[in-house]
Amino acid sequence: MMSSFLFRAMDAKAGIFLAILGAAIVLVPAGNLLVPETSPFHVPTYAVTLMGKYLTYALLALAVDLVWGYCGILSLGHAAFFALGGYAMGMYLMRQIGPRGVYGDPVLPDFMVFLNWEHLPWYWYGFDMFWFAALMVLLVPGALAFVFGWFAFRSRVTGVYLSIITQALTYALLLAFFRNDMGFGGNNGLTDFKDILGFDIQADTTRAGLFAASGIALVLCFLICRSITRSKLGKVLVAVRDAESRTRFLGYRVEHYKLFVWTLSAMMAGIAGALYVPQVGIINPGEFAPANSIEVVIWVAVGGRGTLVGAVLGAVLINFAKTWFTAALPDIWLFALGGLFVVVTLFLPKGIIGTLGSGWTALRQRKISARYEAGSDQPPSPAAHSPGAAANISPRAENTASSTSGAAKPQPAE
Amino acid sequence: MARATSLLYLDGVSVSFDGFKALNELSLIIAPGEMRAIIGPNGAGKTTMMDVITGKTRPDTGEVFFNGAIDLTGEDEASIAELGIGRKFQKPTVFESHTVWDNLELALKAPRGPFSTLFHVIAQSEKKRIDHLLDLIRLGSKRHELAANLSHGQKQWLEIGMLLAQDPKLLLVDEPAAGMTDAETAETAELLKDIAKDHSVVVVEHDMVFVRSLDVKVTVLHEGSVLAEGSLDHVSADERVVEVYLGR
Repeated sequence: MMSSFLFRAMDAKAGIFLAILGAAIVLVPAGNLLVPETSPFHVPTYAVTLMGKYLTYALLALAVDLVWGYCGILSLGHAAFFALGGYAMGMYLMRQIGPRGVYGDPVLPDFMVFLNWEHLPWYWYGFDMFWFAALMVLLVPGALAFVFGWFAFRSRVTGVYLSIITQALTYALLLAFFRNDMGFGGNNGLTDFKDILGFDIQADTTRAGLFAASGIALVLCFLICRSITRSKLGKVLVAVRDAESRTRFLGYRVEHYKLFVWTLSAMMAGIAGALYVPQVGIINPGEFAPANSIEVVIWVAVGGRGTLVGAVLGAVLINFAKTWFTAALPDIWLFALGGLFVVVTLFLPKGIIGTLGSGWTALRQRKISARYEAGSDQPPSPAAHSPGAAANISPRAENTASSTSGAAKPQPAE
Repeated sequence: MARATSLLYLDGVSVSFDGFKALNELSLIIAPGEMRAIIGPNGAGKTTMMDVITGKTRPDTGEVFFNGAIDLTGEDEASIAELGIGRKFQKPTVFESHTVWDNLELALKAPRGPFSTLFHVIAQSEKKRIDHLLDLIRLGSKRHELAANLSHGQKQWLEIGMLLAQDPKLLLVDEPAAGMTDAETAETAELLKDIAKDHSVVVVEHDMVFVRSLDVKVTVLHEGSVLAEGSLDHVSADERVVEVYLGR
């Protein structure tokens, strides 16, 4: 049962993607640690960390794509789960500082000493152990998503209304974490980390290790997402996206399906946050900012929603562009990002991967019909539909869908 | 007929939306194995009646029982579908970005929970059943086409196929012939008669030719309650029915 489940994830397309990712996981750390600094192939440490950060963003985008691209739940609050995972990791890293803090208190982090706190709050207990923190990275975002989703999906809140509530969720957390009394460092957040699992967090080897860990997490989550989207459950999700009430009348309990992917997606976002924090060296309430969540949605839209590779590609490309732009033309970046979103919505509604996919199908169809005209005996047949491909990539499907029923195409606001 | 021996039992069902009475003391009994046609002018409450039976709308007052014993007013859409009531919508609603095959696979009677579908591997018997259904609804050659690419009539048929795939005890079919050519309408009537051999069917339809070709007991709804019941000839002889249809 389990083997057929995982086996389903693999095919040539996934193979190519995983090969590229696997090569990056090996070559980038090797280029940093093994290649001498004088060589043109040397990868500087800052670049390793930067790329590691992109990979965690890619994982966050993957999580958003799973709920939005496949199930039609437009989350504008996924940065909340990302930040909660990040805070869980940050708490572990704070406890690892021990007496090396500025105030030298063996237990209390610096900001608590500064606030004249006498004891460690109860919710900081256990975070000195990595396994506990790792568990919380999954459980805290997962539990929040479960409770939130339980109420939202059971009350059948959908579309724009759900998106607005997710914004409210992340904004509420932003305000809460800004408060010093919350015990998470208030405005400054958690920073000044020293080591992780006993390794110096600044060391090149640790940086390379964190990069590789981010890559491996991305590979694993990609495989999980892919085996989900290619299973019958994946088909039900797309059915919910396209015709929710029809799915209900078939006897599927839509709220259970939504709750399942929503919680899973939040956990993936939590993992992404936990890998992000040691690489950037700080977590503060700014990560909860509503704009962050919206940016993730743009990555997914640009890359191609409803295609897992698209989400990853979109996140990496846009963040690479952001790095370059904010260094070269810092004033332009936000305009460029906004412009990009408009351009993609107008001209590439299926995103980069979705457009490539339908272009490829159209080209192949054209070749087949040309050959048929030239006298081959294979009649042009409709494109075979692979369940792993974006469910909405058929160009003809788009035309018919828009003329007969608007509900077939996932609407931008849903 | 008593409640205990009925398949579907509606008694005194009323539904109002903002003061408008969509259903007014509606009572209707469908016997096991029966096929029934329901006609009525626009706004007679046909679709609302289906909504009440399938759990989309809760009645304000009245009783709805399935199989004589199961109170449907306490159940939601998914559990009513699981109990064995399948519904075809007025506007054909199929999953457009899935293939014809996938549409049927999704509808096929099987455990509906997320974890059973996650680990689901399609069985040989299921493939056979889908093949059989594809033959029945004459979409065998379109099995790998996206449902969005089907014609309107084909979508209607696919939806009927999906309904059969669920293997329900009772089929509620809302305007199956809408938007079909005359030839397609005749074929659809044949198909429904075929289905009615081993299922109970309730058909809502405007098309009198179609209703006549079904040759079953007809219930006329008007302003949310039953106006007349009997054979088509019997009800069309009823003066009140004529008045309702031709205006007063």
